[in-house]
Order: sequence, then structure tokens, then C-alpha cells
Amino acid sequence: MDCDSWKAKLDIYLDGELPAEEMRAFDAHVRNCPSCAADALACVQMKRAVQVAGKQFTPSAEFRNRIRRKISSKPQSSFRRAWASTAAVAVILSAGVLTSNYLRSRSAENHVFSEIADLHVETLASSSPVDVISTDRHTVKPWFQGRIPFAFNLPELQNTEFALVGGRMTYLDQTPGAHLIYDIRKHHISVFIFPEQALRAGLGEKSESPKQLTFNMETWGQSSLRFFVIGDTSPADIDNLAKLFKAAATT
Amino acid sequence: MSLHSGSFEELAMPLFDQLYNFAHWLTQNRDEAEDLVQETYAKALRGFSSFQLGTNFRAWMYRILRNTFLTSRTGLRATSTVPLDMDEDAVDLAVESETPETILISRHDSQAVQSAIAGLPIHHREVLLLCDVEEMSYQEIAETLAIPIGTVMSRLSRARKILRESLQLQLQKG
Repeated sequence: MDCDSWKAKLDIYLDGELPAEEMRAFDAHVRNCPSCAADALACVQMKRAVQVAGKQFTPSAEFRNRIRRKISSKPQSSFRRAWASTAAVAVILSAGVLTSNYLRSRSAENHVFSEIADLHVETLASSSPVDVISTDRHTVKPWFQGRIPFAFNLPELQNTEFALVGGRMTYLDQTPGAHLIYDIRKHHISVFIFPEQALRAGLGEKSESPKQLTFNMETWGQSSLRFFVIGDTSPADIDNLAKLFKAAATT
Repeated sequence: MSLHSGSFEELAMPLFDQLYNFAHWLTQNRDEAEDLVQETYAKALRGFSSFQLGTNFRAWMYRILRNTFLTSRTGLRATSTVPLDMDEDAVDLAVESETPETILISRHDSQAVQSAIAGLPIHHREVLLLCDVEEMSYQEIAETLAIPIGTVMSRLSRARKILRESLQLQLQKG
């Protein structure tokens, strides 16, 4: 075979697509033919150059995450942008329902927890989550007077990372209560306050959040009131806000 | 239950970067590339139950992406302005057998190579990228583009010829 015949197949050879026998024959020829070897080198360089230049565009991390979320077979557990997007709201609702369905089969105590989780989720998913919008506790606290059959103190938030968003009335087992919403680093935390004796489930002084919950929760009884602090932020944040409430209740 | 060894996510996400790169080369535009990839993943997810186990998942994904592109506005525009070669199916490799003027491509010429690839007609650009960037076999390319292997070879050969000529021109201009 003359060089022209070889050169006609050069690209196919370099793509590794010649039959095995021809590949071997080509190898042997290139080793002994400077002209074909030079051409082969030029073609290899071109192939490499295309390979390098061709890998030019990379997707943004944001876009990758967007696609991953869309095709993910696992339910999402992030509740961070609850107020920002309706997609997140849909996820929240389904997660909330799952959570509550699961917990509903548990004890009466867990029934209360699941109701609290539902209230938290439903409120964040609502288009108007709070009835009184104010960062000022002196505005929010009086708003509840006459609406609920008990009084409570709201903590001073100065020098903390928490911010009061507002409040709304809520019901747990037909018992009216207060629902306060706080923000910390874009996470929403709900604080629920109900009169202790009105709740059907006798929650012990040391009732703790069930581990199955997708949120972190803390609850305690104090001054005949039952407090629940719930959110998707860290247990430490929940605990800090709980401490502020505990301190405020004693003043 | 599904016969597939992995979930759609497990199979499809590893291809994400390369599919995006390919989409960007086709559309030549970031927003359109994102739309194209997003639509590709949505279509593939819907059609995943009909994907045949044992067939080439990568070629399947690329085929969806490319067909989606061809029916898009940009795709229709790109293909309508590019008549296919007259000798499309003739594996007329002798035509291209003139010595490839030894263009020595250095690293610094990457920009030139990029614009030369971008300047290729769409059917030549895609076949070249699938071969040299995605490192698909001719068989895989034929599957992806739904064309005979002979056509893959002739388009590839033509693509490289145009590319060389375009580069020569650019490098001469300096």
C-alpha cells in the first residue's frame, strides 16, 4: 500500500476505528515512514487541540442544583426559602403532611408535636403568614390581648441574632393560642404558646421533641403555659430562643 | 420495579457537565444552553421507563438533547441555513487526502481553535465534538445522530478539513 492510501485512512486510524489488523499494520508503517509519521503527528495535535478547546463551557453550580432538584428521587428536606418560592411551598406542604401522617400514628403526645409541625409548615406556606407584622414586641404583645385568653411576655432581642417577624392567632385542639415567627439567618422559627391545661395530651415538664421530626423542636411548660419552639435551624438556635422565652416569662 | 441498575439521577447526573458543554456548543448561548439541558433532562426523566436496559444511555441522552435542539428555534435556524453536503453518503475520503498542511497548534491557539469550531456548520460541529471531545466511537455517534456510520465518517472528515482550512486562514492572518 502506498502512502496516499495510508494517509486517506489517517483520521480513522487515529480515531482508533480501523479493524484490529489494519491498526497494527498502520502502526508498523508509521514507525518506518517519516512522511506519514509527520502527518500523523499533525493530526494528533489537531485532535488534542479540538479536545482542549471543545471542553470550554461549564454549567454554573446554581444550574446544576436546579436540575438535580428537579430530577431527584428523594424528597427535599430544606425549608429555607419557604416564603420565597411556590415550589418550595409545595415541597414544604408534602413534607409537612408526610411528617404529620407518620407522627399521627404515634402517641397522643406525638399527636401534639405533629400538629405543631403542621401549624409551623402551613403558616410558612401561607401567602400571609402573619396577622400582625412587626419587629417590635411592644406592638405584637398588645395585639394578642383580647384575642387569646392568657397573657405572656416576649423576650428582648437586642444583642441576639433573632428578629421578630410578627404574630398570628392559632388553634391547637380547638384551643386558641399565640403563634410568633422569628427569623435567624434566613431561617424561620415558630414559637407557639397555649394554656397548658387546655391541651388534651398531658405533656410532661420535660417533654422533648420526638426524634423523627424533620424540624428541631423544644417544648416546656412554664407559668401554666405550654411553649413550643420549632424550626429547621440548628438545635442550638432553637435552644437559644427557648432560653430567651424562659427568661422573659419569669420577669 | 424498574429493571435499571441505577436511578435516573444516578445515571444522568454524571453526564451533566458534558451535556451542558455540548448544548452550549450547539446553541452558542448560555441561557439557551440551560433551557436545552433542562428540557433534555425533563424529557429523559419522563421517558426513562421506556429506556431499554443494555442500550447506550449516554447516546440516548445526547440524542434527546440534539433532537430537542433541532426542533428549537435556534436549531431550526441553524439547520435551515446549512445545506447538507452533496456527497453526504459517499465515503469519499480520497478527496480529503491532501497532506494536512502541517499546522502546528500550540497551546496559545486554543482561542483560534474555539472560534474555528464555532464557525463549523452545525452538522459538522456536532460530529467533531462527539468524536474528539466526547470521545464517542463512530458506532455511538451513528446511534446518537441516527445516521449510518459511513455518514459519520464523511462528515467527520469534512469537518476536519474545514477546521484545518479555517485555522490556516486565521493563523496566517496572525
